[in-house]
Amino acid sequence: MHRTKVKVVEEALDANNTIARANRADFDRASVRVVNFMSAPGAGKTTLLERAIRDLDGVRVGVLEGDVQGSMDADRLASLHVPVTQLNTDPSFGGECHLDANMVRSALPALPLEDIDLLVIENVGNLVCPAEFRVGEDARVMVSSVTEGEDKPLKYPLMFRTCELVLVNKVDLLPHLDFDLDKFLYNLDAVHPDVPRMLVSARTGEGLEEWRDWLARLAARAEVPA
Amino acid sequence: MHELSLSSAIVGTVEKHAAGRRVTVVNMRIGALRQVVPDTLDFYFGFVSEGTVCEGARLEQEPIPARLRCSPCEHEWELDLPLFRCPSCGSADVKVVSGDEFEVESIEVEEVECIAQR
Repeated sequence: MHRTKVKVVEEALDANNTIARANRADFDRASVRVVNFMSAPGAGKTTLLERAIRDLDGVRVGVLEGDVQGSMDADRLASLHVPVTQLNTDPSFGGECHLDANMVRSALPALPLEDIDLLVIENVGNLVCPAEFRVGEDARVMVSSVTEGEDKPLKYPLMFRTCELVLVNKVDLLPHLDFDLDKFLYNLDAVHPDVPRMLVSARTGEGLEEWRDWLARLAARAEVPA
Repeated sequence: MHELSLSSAIVGTVEKHAAGRRVTVVNMRIGALRQVVPDTLDFYFGFVSEGTVCEGARLEQEPIPARLRCSPCEHEWELDLPLFRCPSCGSADVKVVSGDEFEVESIEVEEVECIAQR
């Protein structure tokens, strides 16, 4: 018995990225634009999606709902009469804290790609793991709510760096919080200078028109709106 | 906690190159921007490698510092805080030179000797 050193030099996440590219090619063939929608738990992803979908005229939306367990979010969205596909990461995937390209690939047969223009993949609530795994999306949108604190961009730079749009949610609560919005935006610009951002409130409707416009523009064109 | 998924990705990559041989060492290059906690990765690697060719293998993690380069003024610097703006000219047009790596650099495997039958 002797030992040999084998040169590898391979990114360990290449396998995921290869599958993500295959997903993307399938979405492109069906002319479906895809958003990977991410945030911490409780930031308001599902509500922001409900509010956007309800009045997104002329765009056929589908949702892939990722959760560790349960179908509460999927049930809420299905009541809006859009196709919703549930993807639970537990127990068959071992309760993963994120969606990866292979999980999304496994859901492809269940997705009505021919009947939709825009697919929103609602990722598992988590600011760390989802940032590592591309799933075949055109754009990454993240929600950061003002109840989470100004320091979050500095604590989770990978998530804030790799998204194309940041929705700052729950701004109706600002008068009741110590949250310093300027400081948050300063931190956001440090990590991801000039990333498009929108101040929104799913509760009062503030900023939702802009959010819907962004989705409609993405659905209508191949490129990500600036 | 992403170290669990990352460990599975390492084992998956190593298995391809090990071709069934038992692995004794996995040498990784890990960039500072990946937010990996070394001890946590080590712990999960031990856990997910059970029952694979990586079982019992040592995980060597070489940390790679994060370096950025400014496109307009060509200033290059090492990052200690996640500030993605050039400290020299203030431009946001910066590229990551290093620090994004999550690379299996090499592995050490046990070769079984072929002894010719007499």
